[in-house]
Amino acid sequence: MPIARLPYLATAALSGALFGAGLYVSQMVDPLKVLRFLDVTAIPTGGWDASLAFVIVPAIAVMFIAVRIGKARSAPLFDTSFHSPEYTKIDRRLIGGAALFGLGWGMSGICPGPAISLIAFQPDGLWLFLAAMLAGSLAGSLIVPSGHVRRLADAAR
Amino acid sequence: MESFTPLTAALGGTLIGLAAAVLWLGNGRIAGISGIFGQLLPPAQTVLWRLVFLVCLVAATFLAARAFPQLGVGGVVPAELVPPPAAWSVPVPVWLIAAGLLTGIGTRIGNGCTSGHGVCGLARLSLRSLVAVAVFFSVAILTVAVTGIV
Repeated sequence: MPIARLPYLATAALSGALFGAGLYVSQMVDPLKVLRFLDVTAIPTGGWDASLAFVIVPAIAVMFIAVRIGKARSAPLFDTSFHSPEYTKIDRRLIGGAALFGLGWGMSGICPGPAISLIAFQPDGLWLFLAAMLAGSLAGSLIVPSGHVRRLADAAR
Repeated sequence: MESFTPLTAALGGTLIGLAAAVLWLGNGRIAGISGIFGQLLPPAQTVLWRLVFLVCLVAATFLAARAFPQLGVGGVVPAELVPPPAAWSVPVPVWLIAAGLLTGIGTRIGNGCTSGHGVCGLARLSLRSLVAVAVFFSVAILTVAVTGIV
């Protein structure tokens, strides 16, 4: 069992810390800044904020290199295998789920990463949003289950 | 506050990419926040690392804001959620609950969010993630345009 081993948990801690610092430094914790990226109607007037693109492109580039490095190895450092996502098909659930998420994201400017990192600042209304997000996730788990074995079985159907 | 901040954006993005790289090469896990958050509750079995990850994410956000308060919202400028568009006359809690529910259910059914599909999935050259990213960005952009929330 890898989950109780110290290096495994330290890796999770380091990754979480880097993620949280990145969200603050990039200002993606600011819902208004995210909405100003999504507001493409402001492009003609010069009021558009392109920052989010400058966040996601280097993030993808760094992870792309990590994925390449991982391909040359049979396993990660602290576990016996890479946990690739169980689901591989492009289906109605993927598209419908992404559409619902897009609607929620466009209404709030908050995606799950910033939602969690905003706990550091506790703005008014955040706990309401987080509770609703958890409830939504639980409701969704009736359709797409939790846990590797259940997910594999579900994906194979 | 400057509205367009490419340098700090790229620096922050690099940190987020490193976070994803560390979790993948160290533990073989995808740094997808909706998945990590959504699988905190039973019947999920591996809760501990997810909890550690999320606690450290919040703590690092807090400490970064203390160390570099000039850098962004949450430092000198207080962090705030965005109220619903005035023209819609929807109470704030109703709007936030609706947005939170949609985000939770959508990321669960679609199996990922901006980090899982957007950063990790695209870096893995997953066609599935590319489709998800195209859909949620399009719908979000449309939502902002239609609601006039900004």
